[in-house]
Amino acid sequence: MIARLIGDARHVAIGAASPIPASGAFLLKSQQPALRVSLHQRRRANPFTEGSRELFDLAGQGRIDVFFLGGAQIDGEANINLVRAGGQRFPGSFGSAFMYSVIPRTILFREEHSRRALVPRVEFVSARGEPFALLTGKALFSWQKEARRFRLESVHPGHSVEEIHAETGFAFDSPARVSTTLSPTAEQLALLRGPVAKEIAADYPEFAARVWDA
Amino acid sequence: MEVVRALIRRRARGLKLLGVPVLGFSADLLIGAGCVAEVETSAVSLGEAGLAPRFTEAAQKGEIKIRDATCPAIHTALQAAEKGVPFMPLRGVLGSDLLKHRNDWKVVNNPLNSGTDPILLVPAIQPDIALFHARWADDAGNVWIGRRRELATIAHAAKATYVTYEEKRPGDMLEDELLAPGILNSVYVTAVARAERGAWPLGVAEVYGIDDAHLAHYARAARTREGFQRYLDEFVCTRKKNSLPA
Repeated sequence: MIARLIGDARHVAIGAASPIPASGAFLLKSQQPALRVSLHQRRRANPFTEGSRELFDLAGQGRIDVFFLGGAQIDGEANINLVRAGGQRFPGSFGSAFMYSVIPRTILFREEHSRRALVPRVEFVSARGEPFALLTGKALFSWQKEARRFRLESVHPGHSVEEIHAETGFAFDSPARVSTTLSPTAEQLALLRGPVAKEIAADYPEFAARVWDA
Repeated sequence: MEVVRALIRRRARGLKLLGVPVLGFSADLLIGAGCVAEVETSAVSLGEAGLAPRFTEAAQKGEIKIRDATCPAIHTALQAAEKGVPFMPLRGVLGSDLLKHRNDWKVVNNPLNSGTDPILLVPAIQPDIALFHARWADDAGNVWIGRRRELATIAHAAKATYVTYEEKRPGDMLEDELLAPGILNSVYVTAVARAERGAWPLGVAEVYGIDDAHLAHYARAARTREGFQRYLDEFVCTRKKNSLPA
């Protein structure tokens, strides 16, 4: 799904703590070699030779097409919160306050799909912007810019529309018929388990070992 | 890291830490050891090892002051300092609650545009001290930082810069055309000291990698104050060969 959302972009950058978006991006690159994937936290052969500010300078100039942002909380107006909620402190906003408004295609990604994560209103707005989509572990939403509301696009295999309504804390539009998210093909799965897992293992060793046994 | 461990042994107090642009293991150790009064940063995290446990608890209990920022705002503020100008503009950030908590940040209309064009100004940050670990220093006092150019920006902006290094190179690295672009000139360097494996359990590119197992061990141990204290006793306070992993 991540690979499909990146689509025909030329340059996707991956920020902190994003092994799943990184995997999707490298999967797409294995099929579209012209795609440039810049991993911000790459330990070896880091693409940024001007230090970590270069990612933001590139983004500010429009040289990055796609970026992923997450959130401890994400609300129905697509605000994200990486700072605090319910007395709990989270790491912080990272570059989100900047990236969200300068990146043409921001994809919101949160694996946990629950009322705890998807809330009516975030407690702290780390960043506000216009996302391209919101992808969770259970469903895909598109963003309707005029209505400023999410629209349920598809539900992942094994989950139902009712479950999505029950587990989502904010209101969203839901068409009469919601399709099922396409599963990865056998070929894509083989790539994810093989070369892609190997590609990300150097930077996300814990994730690669846990998910792919790599 | 050696200097961080030494600061803890010396019971440093009241430090203000600036994350460029984020803080990690060093900051969590210093916070847990009670050395820190304030942090300005875009995030505090142990990377794949997860939340920084001592920061998280100190933040939740209100034991430290936190000035939340966003990565490019910190880079931009340091770039203003290295140019000697009082502030620099930055796109984005408008609409973020960060602004509500940062009365030192100002939103103005772009003075070069006759239309409506709000833009954020961040004041220059001039740290008292820049502190980092590098692979090489040379006889001339230069330090090689490679592609970690944000270290140069911190050093340019700071009033004093202290560097620990892995290995001394004879002569003057500026005479080597291939090394020169990765050098921080000695003009910015206040003092250097050798610290072999001084970044451990973090890494130095091509010399030794990040000790992920140790960081995971720390993240588990430091979930409680008692576990953190045991970690300090074992790896910081006893001065056992703490930069050499077992």
